[in-house]
Amino acid sequence: MAIRSRKSKSDYGSIYRGHEGQWSWILHRITGVAVILFLFAHVVDTAAVGWGPEAYDRITAAYDNPIVRLLELGLVVAVLYHSLNGLKITLIDFFPRLVSRIRPISIVFTAVFVLTLIPTAWIMLGQAWDLARK
Amino acid sequence: MATTTSPRPAAPPDAREQALGRGRPVGGFELWTWVFMRISGLLLLVLAVGHTLIMHLPAGGVSRIDFGFVAVRWQSPFWRTWDWMLLMLALLHGINGLRNITLDYVRPPGWRFALTMAYYVIGFTLMVLGTVIVVTFDPTRWGPVG
Repeated sequence: MAIRSRKSKSDYGSIYRGHEGQWSWILHRITGVAVILFLFAHVVDTAAVGWGPEAYDRITAAYDNPIVRLLELGLVVAVLYHSLNGLKITLIDFFPRLVSRIRPISIVFTAVFVLTLIPTAWIMLGQAWDLARK
Repeated sequence: MATTTSPRPAAPPDAREQALGRGRPVGGFELWTWVFMRISGLLLLVLAVGHTLIMHLPAGGVSRIDFGFVAVRWQSPFWRTWDWMLLMLALLHGINGLRNITLDYVRPPGWRFALTMAYYVIGFTLMVLGTVIVVTFDPTRWGPVG
């Protein structure tokens, strides 16, 4: 009866419903779906390597496009968000008492996300811009 | 394999539980997938985030990736193992995520079954395809590497 032991006054109600947490919950779903849909395509485009240089380089040429590079930035943002938010969920699920500290924990995770995002976006936007100027 | 047509095992009926949402499943397949999502998620934090940053951030970004890049990279058993683990864990984690979302939003049993089976077929096919390529890839068939 694991569920009994982790039930406390602040549990459930405050993590996923009626709280800022519901935004991270829906973002977790959206970013997760976006990443798995990309993964379906990415496994196939990478598998083309088994058909030799001509096939692989022709298929991956699809990535040499500034718009696609912006989509890729979206992908990296989705992976970062989903990973960090997933770590937060796992932390709370494995250490339920931390739920009373959910607000500071969320602030720390958001800060890590933003601090990782800024240099990543800077670099990837630069790459997209370089490609657009060619 | 999960039954996709019957309700998922959940906490005993309890007004508070039903009002506030779903917690950790009490047992069976659903508890295993619940644990798997968290353990694989921790591994994917390294494998997937590492993969995307390594591929996108160094000079040249993904422009530097071509057949020769993969040929050199996959000379290393370390990267083949990394990529294979990423393939398997990401597909299992993502397919189960899609299954969870479907069970939340799709009520008709026929649709649930059809969608879940479609995820399993796609996931299994891609796992087989990816595994065959990662294991059997031999760039020397197309000339010397480097």
